[in-house]
Amino acid sequence: MTAGRLDADSAPTVGADDLFAYLLRLGDDALIAAQRLGEWSARAPEMEEDIALSNIALDQLGAARLFLTYAGEVEGAGRDEDALAYRREDFEFRNVQLVELSDTDFGTAIAKLLCLSAFQHPLYEALASSTDTRIAGIAAKAVKESAYHLDHATTWTLRLGDGTPESHRRMADAVDEVWPYTFELFESDELSRRVAAAGIGVEPASLQAGWLGMVGNVLRRATLDVPATDWRPTGGRTGRHTEALGYLLAEMQVLHRAHPGATW
Amino acid sequence: MNATVATAIRDAVARVVDPEIRVVTVEELGILRDVTVDSGGHTTVTITPTYSGCPALDVIRADVTAAARRAGATAVDVRTDLSPAWSTDDISTSGRAKLAAAGIAPPGPARRPEQVLLQIAVRCPRCGSPATQELSRFGSTACKSLWRCTACAEPFDHIKAH
Repeated sequence: MTAGRLDADSAPTVGADDLFAYLLRLGDDALIAAQRLGEWSARAPEMEEDIALSNIALDQLGAARLFLTYAGEVEGAGRDEDALAYRREDFEFRNVQLVELSDTDFGTAIAKLLCLSAFQHPLYEALASSTDTRIAGIAAKAVKESAYHLDHATTWTLRLGDGTPESHRRMADAVDEVWPYTFELFESDELSRRVAAAGIGVEPASLQAGWLGMVGNVLRRATLDVPATDWRPTGGRTGRHTEALGYLLAEMQVLHRAHPGATW
Repeated sequence: MNATVATAIRDAVARVVDPEIRVVTVEELGILRDVTVDSGGHTTVTITPTYSGCPALDVIRADVTAAARRAGATAVDVRTDLSPAWSTDDISTSGRAKLAAAGIAPPGPARRPEQVLLQIAVRCPRCGSPATQELSRFGSTACKSLWRCTACAEPFDHIKAH
């Protein structure tokens, strides 16, 4: 490209490797979030919440299946959604560390959901106009669902943060605990720049200011502080994960590994 | 394949009921997008999910296939189409009436993303009162929320405008 101008003819395209890698990021964030959320089935503080978190898990799983199915087709190595979900090792997953963290408290689950959905909602909104029509279709569907997730996490954050001294303390602890892991959501790298330049993907960094405004506003209304921290753990996008992912995958994959191809 | 059989296949597919809300058909719910039958009886059905993770979709796929075969299809291909994304605005008038008759409050107009936090009054499908209260944004299926009528005290499902 000689001039600083992008048009349909000169917009760069990306190879199948890049598209596959980008789809894994989208799909793995949703898949691992789904698995963690699913742990709350029958364990949430009230029955309606069991149903809510299971429904949100199902939405995440639905998006994950669509992204991973497409990833498998793009890769062209014969891997389907199940092969990608059940037969990869932890270092092959490309999700951010935020979604794999253990839900040590209900507040932690809510803080993670708030941070994730405030990221996924504008992400899917932008991806709905991706030049890749398949990604655009999945995102247009998921954006409507993530609006509920954001709404739900917001409601709980307000209720717990601006609740009793005990609920406030635990919600504040949860926000402090997950906050360092939110920076990874907005990291740009060579891959994100290439897919964004091609109009296929979104530069995560472009979502950061809006995210901080949205989440900061919810925290303030919930009488919670936006944590100040210099610690920014990272590595999920290149396959470096926390210890928590290994245990999560062991549970998620055990049946499929013991009985390959099992169906019911 | 004569035209009568093709019509019969299309009708049979359109009459398949939703596995989770058994009072409405897939056509009334707006999740049946297209049915084509070629001269050899090969039938292609296009459906769209309500929500990405809707577990009913696999059952719908099987039910649609079985219905088309019973009506004379020689082979059935069920495709999933995501664009445009399904909306509750796609539910037909007869579908809405059947939902209400079954005690499920039908959805209002689909909300746009910027209106997400807006609460819309939902009428009780049993007594008609607008004095209702949302108990949970998430109900017995992905597409429903759980409500309670403060006039007649009955709980009910509501299809979320989506």
